[in-house]
Amino acid sequence: MRKELVLSGYGGQGLLMAGGLLGEAATIYEGVNATNNQTYGVTARGGESRSEVIISDEDINYAEIEHPDVLLAMSQSALNKFGPSIKDNALVIIDTMFVNDVSCVKNSANIYRFPITQIANEQAKKTILANVVALGIISALTGLVSKESLEKVILKRAPAGTEELNLKALNGGYLAAKL
Amino acid sequence: MKSKAGTVRFMQGNEAVAEAAIAAGVKIFAGYPITPASEISEIMSIRLPQEDGIYIQMEDELASMGAIIGASMGGKKSMTATSGPGFSLMQENLGFAAMVEIPCLIVDVMRVGPASGMPTHPSQGDVMQSRWGTHGDHPMVVLSPATVTEAYNLTVEAINISEKLRTPVILLSDAIVGHLKEKIEVPEKVKLINRKMTRQPAEKYLPFATGEDCIPEFAERGQDGYRYHMCSNVHNELGFPNDSGHDAAERMLKRIHRKIEIHQDEITFYNTFDVEDAEILIIAYGCVTRSAKDAVKTLRQEGIKAGLLQLQTIWPFPDKIVRRFTANVKTVVVPEMNLGQLISEVRLNSCAEVVGLNRADGLVISPQAIIDKVKEVK
Amino acid sequence: MLQIKEHMRVNKLPHIWCPGCGDGTVAKSMIQAIQKLKYDKDNVTVVTGIGCSSRMNNIMDYNTFQTTHGRAIAYATGFKMAKPEMKVIVVTGDGDGAGIGGNHLIHAARRNIDLTVILINNYIFGMTGGQFSPLTPHGDIASTSIYKNIEYPFDICKLVEGAGATYIARGTAYHYALTEKLISKALEHKGFSFVEVITQCPTAYGKRNKMGDPYDLLMWQKDHAVPVEQVSKFSQEELEDKFIIGEILVRNDRTEFIEANEQLKERARSIKGGAGK
Repeated sequence: MRKELVLSGYGGQGLLMAGGLLGEAATIYEGVNATNNQTYGVTARGGESRSEVIISDEDINYAEIEHPDVLLAMSQSALNKFGPSIKDNALVIIDTMFVNDVSCVKNSANIYRFPITQIANEQAKKTILANVVALGIISALTGLVSKESLEKVILKRAPAGTEELNLKALNGGYLAAKL
Repeated sequence: MKSKAGTVRFMQGNEAVAEAAIAAGVKIFAGYPITPASEISEIMSIRLPQEDGIYIQMEDELASMGAIIGASMGGKKSMTATSGPGFSLMQENLGFAAMVEIPCLIVDVMRVGPASGMPTHPSQGDVMQSRWGTHGDHPMVVLSPATVTEAYNLTVEAINISEKLRTPVILLSDAIVGHLKEKIEVPEKVKLINRKMTRQPAEKYLPFATGEDCIPEFAERGQDGYRYHMCSNVHNELGFPNDSGHDAAERMLKRIHRKIEIHQDEITFYNTFDVEDAEILIIAYGCVTRSAKDAVKTLRQEGIKAGLLQLQTIWPFPDKIVRRFTANVKTVVVPEMNLGQLISEVRLNSCAEVVGLNRADGLVISPQAIIDKVKEVK
Repeated sequence: MLQIKEHMRVNKLPHIWCPGCGDGTVAKSMIQAIQKLKYDKDNVTVVTGIGCSSRMNNIMDYNTFQTTHGRAIAYATGFKMAKPEMKVIVVTGDGDGAGIGGNHLIHAARRNIDLTVILINNYIFGMTGGQFSPLTPHGDIASTSIYKNIEYPFDICKLVEGAGATYIARGTAYHYALTEKLISKALEHKGFSFVEVITQCPTAYGKRNKMGDPYDLLMWQKDHAVPVEQVSKFSQEELEDKFIIGEILVRNDRTEFIEANEQLKERARSIKGGAGK
């Protein structure tokens, strides 16, 4: 089993962090292998940002993703860039606050639409936790990493005092996708 | 999570370098921000003060290199981390460290060059610079990791080699290994080597006299009359500019080379995969090793007898190892993320025909590209 | 009173300096300052770079390093961090310290690291044969400015002041007793201290600029120096071709770098579970 996930959007949406949390949850709490690498533009905010996560029960050597199994797109430009290269039958998750045109995505793809940033605002009063909402959605839809493992890693990594909000965001995403 | 071997962590290559350096006893880090090496500085700025060490952000890389040499002259283990443009600026003082035999670690997280190149994209373009970047004839030890675990282990080895052989050591990482996060078991303890201290009393101490191992002994300053001189010139055993003619000058320069040569076997690290019956041997180092491993696996499934020799030590070039593993193969493929650097050394030492596979556009050589090349030359 | 040879490597004599050079005078002022302060020789480190002045530590019986051109302050910074209990002195020149090493000078001043930098200003690159330096006066002749120097020098003390140095002074080879006193106060100052010493280079500078023999060059220093206490007696015009000697600035409002690091370590240790979580 080797699954390749691309988390993409604007710089500043916390996608690099989300990729790291996902990988850490997989390696430390699920006992499988994972890699996470990142590419970013020269702008710290607003530029295109992409975090790649590979989860596998075998060794991971080559860690570049050419055709992802899962694509999270939190901006229209990110979807336009990475949408065309997804695997057949890939799972595509979009934030409806930022993405409305999905015409670049293959017909075989399973597209899931969520108001991710809005959920973050509703559940945790912080749009910046949209990345954590997205992790909840990925957990619910793919089962690659359990919600419990993500909770553990979030409790470990969240800045002191923000743990509860982070867990609310995670749960908000998870429930939205399970419904 | 703890296992027998250590603590399981999900860690970035740059973080592994920083943590390994602290485990190996580094107390002073001097650096200047540069992509893709800055995480090492950032982590050291957090971790070193907790370990009674000092992080200092210098005004440039010339100063960073000078400061770590000065710190090591003061008896503390020290290091810096940079990428190509900064590495270029360090070269003169790197030559000083080789000449004056000052242990220190320089981490070069390679990105595409020359000049500013492609700051966030990986490359292996500094292979020859790491060996010959500073002027004059000097020895250099360079190790290159392919995984986060190797980044950790080779950082420890690099620091130990630098202390044992009294020489600067370069860890040649790259933007892939530096920025990649993966699983690592961080050992509870690492093997530590400290520089050999003199037992000679101050009046008899010669800071650059050596025995058969060609390694000088260190004396702690600030006590017992050890007030010795060190200079950047070709020097005598007392550390002053050579005053005994050209033969003595050459003896000094040859000794610092011989010091590395006679210890070459113990500082040569490599891995092999499926080499026993290989007809085609891939020789790779750094991040390209990852692709080569996948390529060998696929080629074997297709019945093609491919093998991989991964060089973790790239300088001094592992000539004997390359001769041994190329003795019974038909062809050697050297994939490199540059326009052909280490391949020249492989050619000099290979018993079989050598073919290069090169890419210098900031993207990683894929397993498929290696598979295609192997099939082409088979 | 100790003789200065007690602090010298007498077997390393003769030194490399030309007859009439001012470097030896500065060496004497420096050694005498150290002797009067009763510093243990084991506890003094002198770091130099490249140039005539940088050969000074060859003949001094302290811990000594001669490093690369312009980088002595960087090496000294690293050494001081490893050996904070030591007195660390950098001896540099106008080429080594104000030219190629100028960046390190201003940043060491900014950090307020406890180093004493003695910059010997002889207005010329002596060792390489008399090329103009960043401190060579406008209009002077050097081997690379035979049509007269078209560049302007700067006041290195003002530069270091702007950079945040906490002790700044200027002496000359002629005023050697004052220079000794200034070096002594610089060594006792906790923080970054800087002493510029104006000296003569009869071989590479004086001769080309028809300034006479070493005696005339020393007299030039005497005639152009204005003690800091007397500056107010001169008009701006009168001061134009003069330089100020004495203690130019002393301030104690900045924490020294190594001490600041000790405070930083306390903060790092007191953060629960470590920083960065």
